[in-house]
Amino acid sequence: MDSRARNLLDEALGLDQLTQLKPPLGGKAVLIEDCVETSGSFVLHQLIKRLLTAVPNSSNVVLFLAFANPFSHYDRILRKLGCNLGAQREKGRFIFVDMLNVECPVGEEGKAGGRSGLFALFANITKVLNALPESNRKCLTIVIDDVSLMEVAAHGSSDHVLDFLHYCHTLTSDYGCSLVTLNHEDIYSSMDGLVFLKQMEYAADVLVKVEPLATGLAADVHGQFDGLQMTVLNRGSLNNRMSNFQFRIKENSVEYFYPGARA
Amino acid sequence: MADSICRTIRDGALEGEHAPSLTIKDTTASPYGFGVFTHVLSQASTLILAGKSQSRGLVVVAYSRSPSFYLDFLKRSGVDVASSQKWIHILDCYTDPLGWKHQLADSGILPSNSSAGACLFQDVKDINKLQSLILELGSGLVGQGKVRFSVAIDSVTEMLRHVPLSKVAALISDLRSHDIHDVRVTTSLEYLSSMVASVESLNQSSDGLSGDLGNLSLLEQNFRRGKFHVRFKRRNGRVRVMNEQFHMEESGIKFTSVTVEDGLVSQGLVPKVLFNLELSEKEKLERARVVLPFEHQGNGKPIQIYDGRRSLAPESMGEVSADTSQSSTEECSNGGGEIIYFRDSDDERPDSDEDPDDDLDI
Repeated sequence: MDSRARNLLDEALGLDQLTQLKPPLGGKAVLIEDCVETSGSFVLHQLIKRLLTAVPNSSNVVLFLAFANPFSHYDRILRKLGCNLGAQREKGRFIFVDMLNVECPVGEEGKAGGRSGLFALFANITKVLNALPESNRKCLTIVIDDVSLMEVAAHGSSDHVLDFLHYCHTLTSDYGCSLVTLNHEDIYSSMDGLVFLKQMEYAADVLVKVEPLATGLAADVHGQFDGLQMTVLNRGSLNNRMSNFQFRIKENSVEYFYPGARA
Repeated sequence: MADSICRTIRDGALEGEHAPSLTIKDTTASPYGFGVFTHVLSQASTLILAGKSQSRGLVVVAYSRSPSFYLDFLKRSGVDVASSQKWIHILDCYTDPLGWKHQLADSGILPSNSSAGACLFQDVKDINKLQSLILELGSGLVGQGKVRFSVAIDSVTEMLRHVPLSKVAALISDLRSHDIHDVRVTTSLEYLSSMVASVESLNQSSDGLSGDLGNLSLLEQNFRRGKFHVRFKRRNGRVRVMNEQFHMEESGIKFTSVTVEDGLVSQGLVPKVLFNLELSEKEKLERARVVLPFEHQGNGKPIQIYDGRRSLAPESMGEVSADTSQSSTEECSNGGGEIIYFRDSDDERPDSDEDPDDDLDI
């Protein structure tokens, strides 16, 4: 079940062929949308674990921008999944940027020399990128948890958040690195919020939605996973692939299965 | 129909007329507007290179893709990019739209960036500067005479994030996203365009991922396909509407006409289930022969059903009693048994005006 379960999520995210030479996500931008009833953070945890431990001695590096939880939270969860984040951090393969208490006010862009907090964050990302060997830069995966809290840190300026995300997207085309963002679908009720969400969806190469079951709560099925790989003429090839399966989150792992196929 | 768009762009405009303009709009349910955009772009490039188009040059204002993407795409489409500097200019508003990388380069954090094969633009909020640069690049391709050049913008949605609608409306819009903008924005841009192309999903769901597990295979199949709806505004004021279907392939977008058979097949589609939902001819005949109870039995005359009360009209009462007696007689002769029931309220007329409490002596 575990090897098959790995294929379902990996197929949905495009991780089914992890090698030392190929970039893990192929330079794609992945957007994960979840809601109050069903959290999508398990996708981030599984992704980190796969990137850091799937291929021994790989060059994969994860740059984690944490707006939601401290390092100890992720360390505890990943330990149960079999990944030692502390050790990976010491090796320089897991770079944790604590943004919990950091504010990113909008700078005076109109004036000369004006800079915003998000600009400074982008500068830090480019520093990390330049510190890597040139051949390994495509193996960098930038993970943001989560975009709604980034908006809070930017004092509600969704335009600046979109500008920051656009610049992160340019890194995927300039260097071949990948971008994974988590956002909450159900917190945007006004038209402006929906526009922000749609902008992110249009820019993503892989769109993932984690939702509760349409039939309601269940003890043995915690939600359903809808994934759409849509690299429309992005990387020179079309790969429309839809994924749909259900999952159950256990203490030390996550079980994935097709509807009705759970043993 | 997509060819009609390309022919219209190829033919250009007459002296003193506005140039034709195309707006492409799509939704997240069918986000293939960019596929249509690149299709038209490659067709226009081919025509310009062959000298068959009124335009002699092309300026691509790139907001959502890097210049190298467009050069690679044109090369894969068979367009000669070796001589690209003679007929195409790419205005790069993607790599560094706000000048952040330029500032980092000044600080020594990033190497100085340059946009290969393109003109880097780092101030997307200044629409006047953008417009003058577009004209400058176009004039550089075709000269200062009356020769025209084409402009392709991807996407107007990105442009509207930095510049208000009133200023964007001054430019010709080629590509936009339909469900991001409100009606005012889309209508304003449609007024400016002589052609409006809409990319719509075959599924009626508003979301690309409807989560309907039962129809996943149908959803996946239809997600690569969609409807392509174009509205042409002719010179004489007539509006012509055309419809096609499209599907996405590895090599790009392919357009097919909507045939009558497609319409009939779509109407006759039944859910693909393991059991048969349709009736055979024999079953249809037998269903027509089924006699429904209480309807047109016997001689075709309607049957009055005894509901336990006598009707108001004496004639009908007599008829009812006669009928019931007749039916009871028939039952005796047929079944050999009967139930005789006398209602206690048979003597009372229904809906009587008498108050049953009148005899109370209170």
